[in-house]
Amino acid sequence: MSARSYLVDVAQGRRRIRVFEAGGGRPLVFLHGAGGVTEDSPFLAALARRWRVFAPLLPGYGDSEGAEDLRDMLAVTLHSFDVVDALGLDRPILVGHSMGGMIAAEMASVAPREVERLGLIAPAGLWLDAHPVPDLFSKLPHELPAFLFHDPEFGERMLTAGADLDDPKFLEAFIIRNARQLAMAGKLLFPIPDRGLAERLYRIRARTMLVWGEGDRVIPPAHGDAFCGGIAGAELIRIPEAGHMVIIEQPEAVVAALARLG
Amino acid sequence: MRFVWFNLMPWPDLPEDFREKYRSVWVDIPSALYDPTRGHEVYNTYLDQLEFAETVGYDGLGVNEHHANAYGLMPSPCLMAAALARRTSRAALVVLGSSIALYDPPIRVAEEFAMLDVISGGRLVAGFPVGTSMDTNYAYGRVPGTLRERYAEAHALIRRAWAEDQPFVFNGRYTKLRYANCWPKPVQKPHPPIFIPGGGSVETYDFCIENNYNYSYLSFFGYLRGRRLMDNYWQRVAELGADDSPYRAGFAQSICVAETDAEAERLYGSHVSYFFNRCLHIYPGFVDAPGYRTVKTIQSEFLNQLTRPNLGAAASLSWGELVERGYIVAGSPETVRQRMEELIKTLRVGNIMCLIHMGDMPPEMTRYSTELFARKVMPHLRGIWKDYEADERFWICPLAERAIPAPIAAEAAR
Repeated sequence: MSARSYLVDVAQGRRRIRVFEAGGGRPLVFLHGAGGVTEDSPFLAALARRWRVFAPLLPGYGDSEGAEDLRDMLAVTLHSFDVVDALGLDRPILVGHSMGGMIAAEMASVAPREVERLGLIAPAGLWLDAHPVPDLFSKLPHELPAFLFHDPEFGERMLTAGADLDDPKFLEAFIIRNARQLAMAGKLLFPIPDRGLAERLYRIRARTMLVWGEGDRVIPPAHGDAFCGGIAGAELIRIPEAGHMVIIEQPEAVVAALARLG
Repeated sequence: MRFVWFNLMPWPDLPEDFREKYRSVWVDIPSALYDPTRGHEVYNTYLDQLEFAETVGYDGLGVNEHHANAYGLMPSPCLMAAALARRTSRAALVVLGSSIALYDPPIRVAEEFAMLDVISGGRLVAGFPVGTSMDTNYAYGRVPGTLRERYAEAHALIRRAWAEDQPFVFNGRYTKLRYANCWPKPVQKPHPPIFIPGGGSVETYDFCIENNYNYSYLSFFGYLRGRRLMDNYWQRVAELGADDSPYRAGFAQSICVAETDAEAERLYGSHVSYFFNRCLHIYPGFVDAPGYRTVKTIQSEFLNQLTRPNLGAAASLSWGELVERGYIVAGSPETVRQRMEELIKTLRVGNIMCLIHMGDMPPEMTRYSTELFARKVMPHLRGIWKDYEADERFWICPLAERAIPAPIAAEAAR
């Protein structure tokens, strides 16, 4: 199943973003995490075997433009509704990973009647003093595989697509992409990924599935319980042998969990 | 030529195995390493040194702003300048804080700078740094991606607060003031000279050139490595059609003067090593939060430092290497004069921020080097830009008659 890739004008031409689309059936919008998502992502392919998947890139990611006008959580939340509108979708299943999960949860809190099915995969957005989220932004490139993945060697291969993390040329491209992406992500996540979501979670009406890698070192699994306790009727599924990048390490298990949304 | 005696105010008691035991001198260094009793002595010693520098002829006294930093113990540079305002009488107070994007509301900076300018009788040089990523993002929690927009707004507010004679409404994105009203206002008109410490982004060049602000490159890595950046700056000055007065620019240089080259190494070697190897031990992950710099200003030179082999190989530089590479200008007065002349002419700078106190250098030694530079080097460099002496745009314009602090009561009674 091959993905289509195209640009979409959003918010009456205020922003233009890249969208990957694949599969058929019920529409599902996937909101990516701080590291972005690629067209050939095995996770998108796994989702596409069950749903018609739309994966928009947030401005600052790939060739999506318009990041300068997105300064805070509300702007990004409304932008994401604008994307759903621009794609001509009506109440699609909303799934988000990490930062994308934070955005999806905000959307479901801000406009509870617009979001009926919600999949949150290791979402950011809460702060627990006993289970702090480490500082993602000061990590050096070579520290990322062990931080993000249950299996660091597998993680390094995934992050570099076989290139050498100590090759200055590769590193330069890697860091420039990171700088651009994380400049945007930082507006939601820096220095602490808490923009008040905890106060709004009670508004969520969607049928909600939470999915967490048991070995998540970025957002400790205890955050799963906190989300679960804050959202009426939410269900939490933990996935073994997976870190924060559970969508890459165990894509089929994540899709099976999300399938409970219907 | 103008010479500013600058003290970074480093903590002098970092342990010998600091590099091995701690990952950074900045941001996450435990404050358990700070001892307030010793700190009392250290602050007062450093202020003594700044005051001494005025007496031997330096044109300005420099202080700056850092946070959670063991080599820069001035979270509030205005406090240091206030202390200096009363015990000095002639030198410019060069405050290369305040990091205007860090103050809420930023009119606080307009007020504090105005106070300093009034107390000192118009001796303030007002610095408006963006601030490093360590200070602004990591220690002060500012979101990298909106820091520069916040800076631009703070700058607009401060300039307007100094210019207006009536309260005004300021409706910014980050600051909203129904009654923006700066009391007091600065002595110097239309405003004190403004210095911008820069690190090589094109936007900052343009900002300085268009506003007639001094652009000062505060590098610790010396004039040989600073050359490319300053060349780019002067090229931009030409492109924008501005005049090429050297007083548009400043450069910070570490300087060590002794009677002979050999004496310089013997006296200052260990203190210079303390500075470069302990004070500048900064965790690379804190240097550049993603979004702090625009993508186009990220240089591969910097990126190379982040590969694993380079991180491991951060070996100590020897005295010889530091001198040869121009990190420090050190030696006899004649050696120092030659290299400073080369620096001043090749970088085309009218202001030198003299970094003479190095690391854990004791006070007598600091005074010795400070005085030798003032008496035996400065006079030979004074006239380098004499064709531009009439350019008063980039320096203080104090009141002709300034108040002299009265003797304290006990002294007066004696």
